[in-house]
Amino acid sequence: MTQLIIIAIYLTLLLGLGLLAGRSFRGTSQDYMLASHSIGPFLLLMSLFGTTMTAFALVGSTGEAYKEGVGVYGMLASSSGIIHSLCFLVLGVKLWGFGRRYGYSTQIEFFRDRLATDGIGYLLFPILVGLIIPYLLIGVMAGGTVINKVTLGALPELFAGSGGGVPKALGSLVVCVVVLLYVFFGGMRGTAWANTFQTLVFMILGMVTFGVIANTLGERAIVAQHQGQGHSEGEAQAAASEASLLEKMAAASAQIPEEKRTRSGLSKLKFFTYLLVPLSVGMFPHLFQHWLTARSAGSFKLAVVAHPLCIMIVWVPCVMIGAWATTGLIAIPAPVDQNPNAVLPFIVGKVAGPVLGGLLTAGILAAIMSSLDSQFLAIGTMFTKDVVLHRFADDHFSQRAQVIMARLFIVAIVAVTYGLSLFEPRRVFTLGVWCFSGFSSLFPLVFASLYWRRLTAAGAYASVTAAAVSWSMLFWQSDFAAQADYSFELTVLGTTYEMMPVAAMFACSSLALVLVSLVTKPPGESTLAKFFDC
Amino acid sequence: MNRVLWLLILALLVLHQDNWLWHDARLVGGIVPVTLAYHAMISLAAGAVWWFAVRYCWPVDETESETAA
Repeated sequence: MTQLIIIAIYLTLLLGLGLLAGRSFRGTSQDYMLASHSIGPFLLLMSLFGTTMTAFALVGSTGEAYKEGVGVYGMLASSSGIIHSLCFLVLGVKLWGFGRRYGYSTQIEFFRDRLATDGIGYLLFPILVGLIIPYLLIGVMAGGTVINKVTLGALPELFAGSGGGVPKALGSLVVCVVVLLYVFFGGMRGTAWANTFQTLVFMILGMVTFGVIANTLGERAIVAQHQGQGHSEGEAQAAASEASLLEKMAAASAQIPEEKRTRSGLSKLKFFTYLLVPLSVGMFPHLFQHWLTARSAGSFKLAVVAHPLCIMIVWVPCVMIGAWATTGLIAIPAPVDQNPNAVLPFIVGKVAGPVLGGLLTAGILAAIMSSLDSQFLAIGTMFTKDVVLHRFADDHFSQRAQVIMARLFIVAIVAVTYGLSLFEPRRVFTLGVWCFSGFSSLFPLVFASLYWRRLTAAGAYASVTAAAVSWSMLFWQSDFAAQADYSFELTVLGTTYEMMPVAAMFACSSLALVLVSLVTKPPGESTLAKFFDC
Repeated sequence: MNRVLWLLILALLVLHQDNWLWHDARLVGGIVPVTLAYHAMISLAAGAVWWFAVRYCWPVDETESETAA
């Protein structure tokens, strides 16, 4: 019950923050969608980091380390530290410049202008929204699971069917409604403020969670060690309570099975092709929108440098917790074992007391919600700017009507996502990788748009189509992410090479882009002058 | 200076593929599996490379940027 009260207080605080940001709202759609380009270095870092570190980082990384071992850090965390900041530097700063110069609010506005064709917007819009849905799904699913697991047994009479905990479906619904409300009240400014607050919350409470779990599991390891040496329970307990935190952590780590400490089960080529997955940040619509909120190009500097360090601070403890969960120091029941998304909230529920458990849960929810908010806002902005306003004159709808349209579209997409979350759950990590892979396969488009003068509209159409077709085919072959270990296999001269599906998608979209661009008419001089000679 | 930056980024990407630690189950300091400790170092190294990038290879003239803003 205490956990529930703390979670309720936290969610109310967030709503308050949204309302407060709403008081700074200037009443224009530009302010609602881009915070009037007022975001400085620290808020930008927190927004970009909070947005990219979703349920995937906390719940997903712990679950994946539990299932596959500590290699998960190299697969996505250290690679993201290199690739994400590279994208901020080579794409973000340049796109920010074009956005300020030509007044873009969305990616599609940029691509329409750069490629001098309207159609690219109508092709990209459903694909980007379609790829955001699994991204939203990760957060919505994980939010429900977290609330359910930490409230188990709190309300046995009210929720008998879900072990006395808040049912997953209700937990997911509450998360959606809270995020919707603060996004509606506060727009981009509210989102940036909430992201900063939530990123700080999940980083600080994440470290506290790590300390508490390390201490408890370490004590258990030392007790087991001493009892194994024939000491009495009292002696073993005394030795455990006298041990330092480092000694406790060492005792717990000594029990991590060897296969979870290495990458024995992973092919080296597959690990290498994971490097392509973080390229997805180059095409995230919500990240593009965050880039445009920057006050100046200099605002990016802190985000570029600190992003890999922030990733390390969040991921290393989560991966260690996942590895310790494999030691048997905490009994993982079969339902949790089969659903890796539940490993972290289950351990928090078991190890922390009610107050700390509630606070730690708030930290996990903070990570989840700090991504959902930006995604909600981005899809609303895209719908208003790229579909509705693109068909009508700018003054056809009042500023207020534009904001309402954005909100209605957001509600519709959230309703679809919520409906999908009620079906059989997928591993957060697996679903996340599929979603990121789709965005990564569109990376050649944004890169070529900025750095290759010869890119043509036809090349762009071919690239986007190739990305969409290859993603759909491979996603279908993986039983819609039900096969968690699905790999793309290429056989050359009798040798089979196992790699991530993103490698095939990336190759298809890049080849289509280059080949079709080279055989079609080059872009006009005015377009090239606008984007390359300025 | 840009060449140095691209060389550093390339070095990070090469070092990221740590085939030599694939089956190594040692614990660094008795606590952190060596592959995890190594990749945490890669994250720190990435922070250093990006510091170098913003300090010496920043792609935008700040005066120009402020004018555009």
